[in-house]
Amino acid sequence: MIAFIVRRLVSTVVVMAIVAIIVFLLLRLAPGDPVAIVVGDNASPDQITAVRQRLGLDDPLIVQFFRWAGRVLVGDLGISIFSNEPVSKLIAQRLEPTLSLAVTTIILAVVLAVTAGVLAAWKVGTWLDRTVMALSVASFSVPVFVVGYILIYVFAIQLRWLPVQGYQPIADGVVEWFRHLVLPSIALGLAYVALIARITRTAMLDVLAEDYIRTAHAKGVATGPVLMKHALKNAGVPIVTVIGIGVALLIGGVVITETVFNIPGIGRLVVDAIQYRDYPIIQGVMLLFSGVYVIVNLIVDLTYTLLDPRIRT
Amino acid sequence: MADTTATSVQTATSSAPSGFWRFVRRNPTLVVGLVILIGMVFVALAAPFMAGDPLTMKPIDRLKPPSEQFWFGTDQLGRDVFARTLWGARISLVVGISVALLSVAIGLAIGLLAGVVRWIEAAVMRLLDGLMAIPSILLAIAMVSLFGASVGIVIIAIVIPEIPRVVRLVRSVVLATREQPYVEAAIAGGAPMWKILVRHILPPTIPPLIVQATYICASAILVEAALSFLGAGTPPEIPTWGNMIAADRIYLGRAPWCIFCPGIALALVVLAVNLVGDGLRDRLDPRIARRM
Repeated sequence: MIAFIVRRLVSTVVVMAIVAIIVFLLLRLAPGDPVAIVVGDNASPDQITAVRQRLGLDDPLIVQFFRWAGRVLVGDLGISIFSNEPVSKLIAQRLEPTLSLAVTTIILAVVLAVTAGVLAAWKVGTWLDRTVMALSVASFSVPVFVVGYILIYVFAIQLRWLPVQGYQPIADGVVEWFRHLVLPSIALGLAYVALIARITRTAMLDVLAEDYIRTAHAKGVATGPVLMKHALKNAGVPIVTVIGIGVALLIGGVVITETVFNIPGIGRLVVDAIQYRDYPIIQGVMLLFSGVYVIVNLIVDLTYTLLDPRIRT
Repeated sequence: MADTTATSVQTATSSAPSGFWRFVRRNPTLVVGLVILIGMVFVALAAPFMAGDPLTMKPIDRLKPPSEQFWFGTDQLGRDVFARTLWGARISLVVGISVALLSVAIGLAIGLLAGVVRWIEAAVMRLLDGLMAIPSILLAIAMVSLFGASVGIVIIAIVIPEIPRVVRLVRSVVLATREQPYVEAAIAGGAPMWKILVRHILPPTIPPLIVQATYICASAILVEAALSFLGAGTPPEIPTWGNMIAADRIYLGRAPWCIFCPGIALALVVLAVNLVGDGLRDRLDPRIARRM
């Protein structure tokens, strides 16, 4: 058990180190002077000298890398070109909207998808199953921003049930906060729901074919407990895996969803950075989101040990 | 007499339909997907003959709803949305197909090498694990902002994050094939390495790769549109579906056709490619088909 956890922790650190090397080398591979990329076009000579010293471009590449990585580890992600503020501070200011959107989406999506997947597997071959599967193929194909604009058009512009765009801090009232998150969460979560629902159905079908399910039915256990306790718990590993892998989908989607719904989060920060070519911000968010993805998947691997004791070795 | 002949002919056709219709009935998803896709490719190729100029601006005709003259209406600068949607299909298809071909070719080469040469395997798999951890949209945004926006950079930026997925697929097939008795027999028989690779290890990777390539094509079309939409893709003067939606999104309430026409075209193409992928998977890999 402990050996398993240690092994997973080590491989997580290795993956993060490789991510850092890729992100670091990307800037050095770009055409032009890295200093110019990091300070932007309108920098003063003093700024240029300061950044040149900070990057230490005369040192060997490996020394530069470790100096840079050391700063990243203590949360120093550099200075934004456009606003001249530390990138870590800018990210911290934008954390609440992004976190609200992500958490709401994950909770809504997992509840909806697992329910749909279990029902589809239970009623396999019926119209219910076919509908769930057809909807899931369709939701893989419609891009997040198209779904977003359709939702805005129908529910905000035509029916006026929900706000068109924007974000309300949770401190200003939970109801308004949630009303602003309903449409973005649906748009962002749709492909995620499709992915989880498909895997849940497949995993449930495998488990439902097992002898112990027939035994449970035969000894008179009600359908509900058979599905939830006997089947779903044993179908847990692939479902939890895909919930973790699917976080990558959400991270990409957050950037788009925040643009469509004008939510002032971290995704919006990156998109605004594109037009000013504010590379320090792009680099900082890239490191942060990669880190989130790696840590979520570490947690997923560790939950295997709870779901399936055989993996603990 | 004439009646009986007619009946017998009819029974003959209904009990043994011609090969084409039998294929259609057995592979509905593949056929529906192919029909939509071929239609789209035709429309993309015929854009110069079917529609007007996608760039001509007519300020008098701005934000006009769909009519006989402008089938899909006009955008904020009075450009023909129908023409722009048709021309936009070109970029989407070019990017989708190029990304699919490139990432499969590169991934196959790396995967075969990694499956055969042990020390490459360890190094490459670690590197690819790191690459997979970086969200592909962010990697593409970083590359476009560092290297400048052009169709070529967009294609490279979408190919790089797809490579690890292809390599993993190839490697899993190679690892399984390597243990097969006929491969061991070939090694024992003294066949040269390249011959074993080409004759025995390569062929089983092809069917799953064809399926994977269609899924990569679908996701590449989505990512290209997303990048254009975010302003990190093809330059805004080129009519792509993502650029069209980005440019006119503030007119959603007044001129929804500017957003929904390219949006529906985009969803339709991606759906068609996904259906082709599902259909191919059912035909080429019955083992997976049963489980999905």
